Amino acid sequence: MLALSFSLCRKELAVGQVSITVNGAEHILELEPRELLVYVLRERLGLTGTNVGCDTSSCGACTVLLDGESVKSCTLLGVQVDGHEITTIEGLATNGTMHPVQEAFHEQHGLQCGYCTPGFIMAAVSLLDETPNPSEEEIRHALEGNLCRCTGYQNIVRAVQAAAGVEV
Amino acid sequence: MIPAPFDYEVAESVEHAVELLGSREDAKVLAGGHSLIPLLRLRFTRPALLVDIGRIDELRYVRDAGDKLAIGGMTRHHNVQHDPLVQEHCPVLSYAAGLIGDPQVRHRGTIGGSLAHADPAADFPAVLTALEAEVVIRGPEGERTVPVGEFVTGVFDTVLRPQDVLTEIRVPKLGPTGWSYLKFTRRAQDWATVGVTAIVRRSNGTVDSAAIALTNMAPKPVRAKAAEQALTTPNDIEAAAEASLEGTDPPSDTQGSADYRRHLARVLVRRALGEAISS
Repeated sequence: MLALSFSLCRKELAVGQVSITVNGAEHILELEPRELLVYVLRERLGLTGTNVGCDTSSCGACTVLLDGESVKSCTLLGVQVDGHEITTIEGLATNGTMHPVQEAFHEQHGLQCGYCTPGFIMAAVSLLDETPNPSEEEIRHALEGNLCRCTGYQNIVRAVQAAAGVEV
Repeated sequence: MIPAPFDYEVAESVEHAVELLGSREDAKVLAGGHSLIPLLRLRFTRPALLVDIGRIDELRYVRDAGDKLAIGGMTRHHNVQHDPLVQEHCPVLSYAAGLIGDPQVRHRGTIGGSLAHADPAADFPAVLTALEAEVVIRGPEGERTVPVGEFVTGVFDTVLRPQDVLTEIRVPKLGPTGWSYLKFTRRAQDWATVGVTAIVRRSNGTVDSAAIALTNMAPKPVRAKAAEQALTTPNDIEAAAEASLEGTDPPSDTQGSADYRRHLARVLVRRALGEAISS
């Protein structure tokens, strides 16, 4: 796994084999080095819950967890996560029960069109893992890497507070 | 946006990385990728080979090295921000790390990558300039150490040669000092329109010495020596703020004109010194 090497084949494109665990399932994939993780998730694995927004590392719509930490999957190469674990929005619910953060976004109406929502939820899951009882200010700072263009951040912040167990 | 094709090799050690970098014309180091991958996507750069140093775990550390801290080049912003040694001995660096980008970026971006990329608007280069950090570089001829003031040579330009790997950054333990890092941005998570690092040493209520460095006020970080002088002789913050413009050459871009940046620098130096002196 560590000694990846890429042989030239098919129209001079280098391709290498990687093993990525996504939402608990291991996938062995032949990837071109230039394939971005977000497209590996969406187009190779059909996990289209992770959205592409700005494609410039700004909007956070493509946020997933890499070994439990939030990252922007448009700014990672698939080959960089060889041997690592990825969690996407599809991997949060267990046995048909929504994750508490999903439940809180639902209850608090932390969305309008919903396009940014998977990214916000993944960023919030990572935040609450690192800081289980964040202040409102900490929540707002921790969500700086995610943009909502529909409305505002009021209900999103409220949803994260609710997920953290704060009365809202 | 999809990058142009490139080959990819994983380096298993620094020596291996140096060797791989020498195996091909136009090979580039991939660290955290948070400067390089956006450039690849925009096709501003089209290297033939990326040498991934992201799996060299021995480049991720913060160590006590006597009167200094040694920080591995692959230490992520998130870890610089939260490391207890950095928080205790060099709090300005921990604080500045927490202002870079956003949490997702800080989970991947690295201190060595940020410095090697040498973006004039990046936070670490100017903070490290004020700290008089040293940069440890490993190349085909072995290891060398360069003062950070000599490391950055211009916009996206450093003394790094094609086969060099930035392995470590050494910063002094500050001891009792006042400090501030102020960064002006138009939006959350933006690059600095202008940033100011101020570190002051005081005794009996007066400032004995100061280190002031400016972000994005020239093609490379500016050490505002004239401002430091102005502050330490009569302890005059206003005079220091005025003097801070000496040696600057700010850009004009969509974030602001050069004149606007000069104005910001004066205001931020004044505020940063006020904060550092009273902290």
